Amino acid sequence: MVRSTTAVELKGITKRFPGLVANDNINFELKKGEIHALLGENGAGKSTLMNILFGLYQPDEGEIWVNGNKTVIDGAGKAIELGIGMVHQHFKLVQPFTVAENIVLGNEPSKVGFLKYRKANQRVRDLSERYGLKVDPQMRIKDITVGMQQRVEILKTLYRGADILIFDEPTAVLTVQEIEELIEILRSLSAEGKSIILITHKLKEVMALADTVTVIRRGKVIRTLPTSETNERHLAELMVGRDVNFQVEKSKQEPGDVVLSVDSLQMKGEQSKNVLDGLGFEVRAGEILGIAGVDGNGQSELVYAITGMRSVNGGSIKLNGKDITNRTPREVSVAGVSHIPEDRHKHGLVLDFTLSENMILGNYFDPQFGKNGFIDFKAMDVLAQQLVTEFDVRGSGIHAKARSLSGGNQQKAIIARELWKNPDLLIAVQPTRGLDIGAIEYVHKRLVEARNQGKAILLVSFELDELYALSDRIAVMYEGRIMGEVDVDNRDDQQLGLMMAGDAAAAATAEGRK
Amino acid sequence: MNTMRKIFDKSSFLVPLVAIILGLLCGALAMYAGGYDPWLAYSSLLKKLFGSPYDIGEAIRAITPLIFTGIAVAFAFRTGLFNIGADGQFIMGMTGATIVGVTLDLPWYIHAPLAIIVGGLFGGLWAALAGYLKAARGVNEVISSIMLNWIALFLSNYIVGTYLVLEGQQKSKPLHESSLVTIKWLSESMGNARMHWGTLIALLGLIVFYVVLWRTKKGYELRAVGLNPNAALYAGMNVNRTIITSMFISGVFAGLGGVFEILGVFGYQTVMASSWGYGFDGIAVALLGGNTPIGVFLGAILFGGLSYGSAGMSFGADVPPEIVRIVIGSIIFFVASHGLVKFFLKPFMARRSGKSKSEGGGAR
Repeated sequence: MVRSTTAVELKGITKRFPGLVANDNINFELKKGEIHALLGENGAGKSTLMNILFGLYQPDEGEIWVNGNKTVIDGAGKAIELGIGMVHQHFKLVQPFTVAENIVLGNEPSKVGFLKYRKANQRVRDLSERYGLKVDPQMRIKDITVGMQQRVEILKTLYRGADILIFDEPTAVLTVQEIEELIEILRSLSAEGKSIILITHKLKEVMALADTVTVIRRGKVIRTLPTSETNERHLAELMVGRDVNFQVEKSKQEPGDVVLSVDSLQMKGEQSKNVLDGLGFEVRAGEILGIAGVDGNGQSELVYAITGMRSVNGGSIKLNGKDITNRTPREVSVAGVSHIPEDRHKHGLVLDFTLSENMILGNYFDPQFGKNGFIDFKAMDVLAQQLVTEFDVRGSGIHAKARSLSGGNQQKAIIARELWKNPDLLIAVQPTRGLDIGAIEYVHKRLVEARNQGKAILLVSFELDELYALSDRIAVMYEGRIMGEVDVDNRDDQQLGLMMAGDAAAAATAEGRK
Repeated sequence: MNTMRKIFDKSSFLVPLVAIILGLLCGALAMYAGGYDPWLAYSSLLKKLFGSPYDIGEAIRAITPLIFTGIAVAFAFRTGLFNIGADGQFIMGMTGATIVGVTLDLPWYIHAPLAIIVGGLFGGLWAALAGYLKAARGVNEVISSIMLNWIALFLSNYIVGTYLVLEGQQKSKPLHESSLVTIKWLSESMGNARMHWGTLIALLGLIVFYVVLWRTKKGYELRAVGLNPNAALYAGMNVNRTIITSMFISGVFAGLGGVFEILGVFGYQTVMASSWGYGFDGIAVALLGGNTPIGVFLGAILFGGLSYGSAGMSFGADVPPEIVRIVIGSIIFFVASHGLVKFFLKPFMARRSGKSKSEGGGAR
């Protein structure tokens, strides 16, 4: 038999769920040694297809060929046997176990029932050296970074002898630096002859990494083409099905009075280290101040401090000249601050409340939603209906639980609620995290509109593109301080990267260039 | 109204019903294996429950405290707290009522309400203590309230045995007539069953439970804190104060359960070797009822009815008390194991929905 050059071939895969065709006659071919991106918006059917390949779902129609042989994959065990490994978006690791223990889990080197730790550690060390995946086998998962945890997931699949690796949205949880490291890892894996499927909705990664890309929309394959013959704009069009506007329309605008002024803010962390360390800045009416920085440099704490969710140990926060330092979240909100939180599930919504109930979260005490301690459900529903219509929040109506909405619609609901409060200051943290292109476009448009109406906006984001697209000024945060500001008109990622890593010289140059 | 609709979907009736039947079958099996007549036993149980006005009255008497403790536990659950200390709060409620009933002598229209209020406050404050410890110091309410149960038991024994004791007896002096809330005319017409106004208050309590949690702003806060304390903080709610409030309200309900056992049933308080366990049964009632007002009501009826009626099984069919407990246990087991019952029901449910689908297709 001729050695096949195809690692995986899916022929005419169809998978139906009640009321939905998740995969509709999909053909997909993964060549040996290539990186093949599977691109599509949330809910396009990427994950379903991969779950079929990994044996978690059975297709209703169609055939699966692996290494030139027709097979039926009836479970993850069979998939692993065939050399297919999956790195999930949400890692499946045992937190209190060590790296080595996690990797050998399910296939432990043992002797009469006793785990041979030294052998396990050695095997993991060998693997990690061979593929250049640096990990310490004896560290515990809960003590290592997210990027490191992902490497453990990759090693786990390699340990089980996988030749075909599926990565499900691998960069969703990583920082800029970690993404670069991951890109290196994927390249070296493919150089070692591994075949890789990359599930993603990020165009940039597809262009930077993949050899081939297959675009899926509403369960159907739209096109398969080599990345050398396409560009981001074209891919976006294929993915969304219409022309996408990357550049947000934004005219120059002279900012007004100072709305938020933060001065020498101090906040103590868990250890004695200051998470906010003498930080200060101003935001004026009608401008967007972007805060750039690597995650964990005090951005969240800054937002908690301004909104009153955590108290500070020193410094002052003023809103329209009035001191709001260490006020309660309600007092800050009433004073005119709205907050689109970083984590919409943790802070932004009560997922088991109805959409309607969520629309008054943070305003429920207002007399217009009921007097004498009772809630006026009619007033609540009227508001919810109005906001849902105005902001095009799609779901099964205002009495459906917030949990049932898609991420993009949940985010729209939060933005609707926060803008409805008509704040002087809007704090938006990672406002487009996990959203697809259509929703991102919408959120950006709304934020710029709010700015044009004269609101002061503080935007915290880890996406440089987002910061440059929206901000009037960008300040870089590092270890609880503002390193300096960069010029938004002359983008220089190199310099910004250095500042985000705490390079004072780069910050000085940036100041000079302004 | 939405909440009401949610409570009344199809499976919410079917599942408990099948569970009870499975439990009865299981119990029957146990009795059959032990050489007793299940049919006779179950008919004796029903006879004990509905045989005479006296039995009906006494069954209601047994159900009443379970409604109170069921509400107490369910209320706390709804706000994200596990009030395992309802038992201690129940005892504190009894003690509060006894103190007022024995030591004061007031006209009835002041005395009884005062005893009720003081008893309720005793229970509420006892629970608020656990709430305060959680809010201020992060002490897990399960541990603190379960320990407070023991403290409540011995504290009340000490108070009764030292300050209120009836000379030479292991119980308090009788309460003044003016503090009692018995319903004489009803008792007389029901063969001297111990009927009291507490039952009515318990039913009102169910309504209060619903109105407070689902109609008021305080309830909105309480539920938000229970479902997602982080979002509650974000929304400007005082999470710690809410925890204390919730425990207090929960404790008042549990305390009232104890109050009416004293004011409505006994008229005195004994020095107890161990608690009566109404607080713990309240946990089962709340869970059986899915922490909804109607569910608690039905759960209390099932639980209270079984415990009262089971006496009839020993009496009428010679079933030993151990086996009676097995029967009750298996019924509760199946009612609590939603998943298991749904598993049994699945083939039937699937066939039916499959059929209705194909019918729908044909109609089109």
